Amino acid sequence: MDFLPFLVTQCLNALSQAALLFFLGCGLTLIFGIMRIVNFAHGAFFMLGAYVGYSTVHWTGNFWAALIVAPILVGAFGAAFELGILRQLYGRDGHAFLMVTFGLTLIMGEVIRLIWGVEALQVKPPDSLSDIVFILDEPFPVYRLFLVGAGIVVAVVIWQFLERTRLGLLIRATSQNAEMVHALGTDVRLVRSAVFGIGCGLAGIGGVMAAPLVTASLGMAPNAVIDTFVIVIIGGMGSFLGSLIGAVLVAFVQVFGTYYFPDFALAFMYLIMVTVLVVRPGGLLGKEA
Amino acid sequence: MLVIKGLNTHYGASHILQGVDLEVPDGRIIALLGRNGVGKSTTLRTVMGLVPPSGGSIELGGINIAGWRPHQVARAGVAYVPEGRLIFPDLTVIENIKVAERVPARAWPLPRLLALFPSLRERARNRGANLSGGEQQMLAIARALVSDPKVLLLDEPSQGLAPLVVRELAGVIRKLRDENVTILLVEQNMKLAEAVADELHVMVKGRMVYGATPERFRAEEQEIRSRYLTV
Repeated sequence: MDFLPFLVTQCLNALSQAALLFFLGCGLTLIFGIMRIVNFAHGAFFMLGAYVGYSTVHWTGNFWAALIVAPILVGAFGAAFELGILRQLYGRDGHAFLMVTFGLTLIMGEVIRLIWGVEALQVKPPDSLSDIVFILDEPFPVYRLFLVGAGIVVAVVIWQFLERTRLGLLIRATSQNAEMVHALGTDVRLVRSAVFGIGCGLAGIGGVMAAPLVTASLGMAPNAVIDTFVIVIIGGMGSFLGSLIGAVLVAFVQVFGTYYFPDFALAFMYLIMVTVLVVRPGGLLGKEA
Repeated sequence: MLVIKGLNTHYGASHILQGVDLEVPDGRIIALLGRNGVGKSTTLRTVMGLVPPSGGSIELGGINIAGWRPHQVARAGVAYVPEGRLIFPDLTVIENIKVAERVPARAWPLPRLLALFPSLRERARNRGANLSGGEQQMLAIARALVSDPKVLLLDEPSQGLAPLVVRELAGVIRKLRDENVTILLVEQNMKLAEAVADELHVMVKGRMVYGATPERFRAEEQEIRSRYLTV
């Protein structure tokens, strides 16, 4: 294999991986920015997205429907969880949130097992995305190109949402000073619920999109949550752009690391994380920790 | 009109406000003086709903708003300029104002605010963190006015500002008085308070102990100062 085609396809591979990681990281970082809580259940929402996506494809035969249904259902479930349970905990220290969201992860894992069973479930992408294209004579799955495109579209949409809409403005303001936003006439509890719902919905999209590559399985949640934490720590807790940079960085390290140093790929990811923590404790684009 | 009657506030075991009585008539500027820690800021924070009252009433236009949540108090017509200004550092000047503009402003729309604060017009696209202390104070006032408030709560607006900027601030507050904006002003800078207020009140240990017009206050200033205000 020539070097150039190899490089191009591996880069595209990494970018498609980055798109999936970004769906997870940007939701987690938005939630952290607003609430100052670490949502340990983020991986479980990602997993739920994959299973809801599986069932939607199963019943409708339409992958595109899954891309709409899963984020809405997962986001609504996240918002309901915030309203019903997390809201009781504001004002307590962070451990309470960690324990409750960790507990939710366990419960969701069990409930998913009861509903969908223990076996990994195949999710078929639509026929139009199941093809192979040749890039510089190298075969490459269309589905991964689709992931790259979807990642770019979602990143632009969220960026514009944060910069140009009223809710986006309130989200940015609340992440800087929630009490002041409240005193200026906006019920910050609603902003929190909305952000938690949006963040979980994004994890849900990520789950649907990941399902055709990795199948919907019970192992998704722990794997996802670790990668996501690494991304957000590298990029800076609460920074949207940081989550994008963190996702791309981690994806490239994973893809190229696995190829050249298969035994050390994971170690590289943590090495980057530790280096960032030493040099900039708040993350690349984060405020001082 | 804002009428505070018998207002009590506790922080844990400490009794901060011990029966505060204060009237802020429409179109007037009422100044609240006192040493550090007597409860001036807590009075404003309690009115705003940021600290829950443990007793007493806060009436705004005849409706008791004591114990309401902050966003409800703001929507009822109270606007808050906090101590330290608390500008959103990563938002632009315009965005800072937009956060508070929940419905299109009628009395104080953006063009009128920028006319009142020319320095903000020049820095409209700058981030809050890049403004000077004086500009941040003007922005905090503009952000409060955009909600067309019935009462404006100003907490130590002169804090940390150079004398020249304090003079500019006094000019702004006087202009607001000419526009019949109702203001409850907490100040340590007695000269500023005397220059702009219709009444001066002094607080000691969570209670009001003195109230007078600026003329009478000036006549009794030496005594008031040594009894209530200097350390």
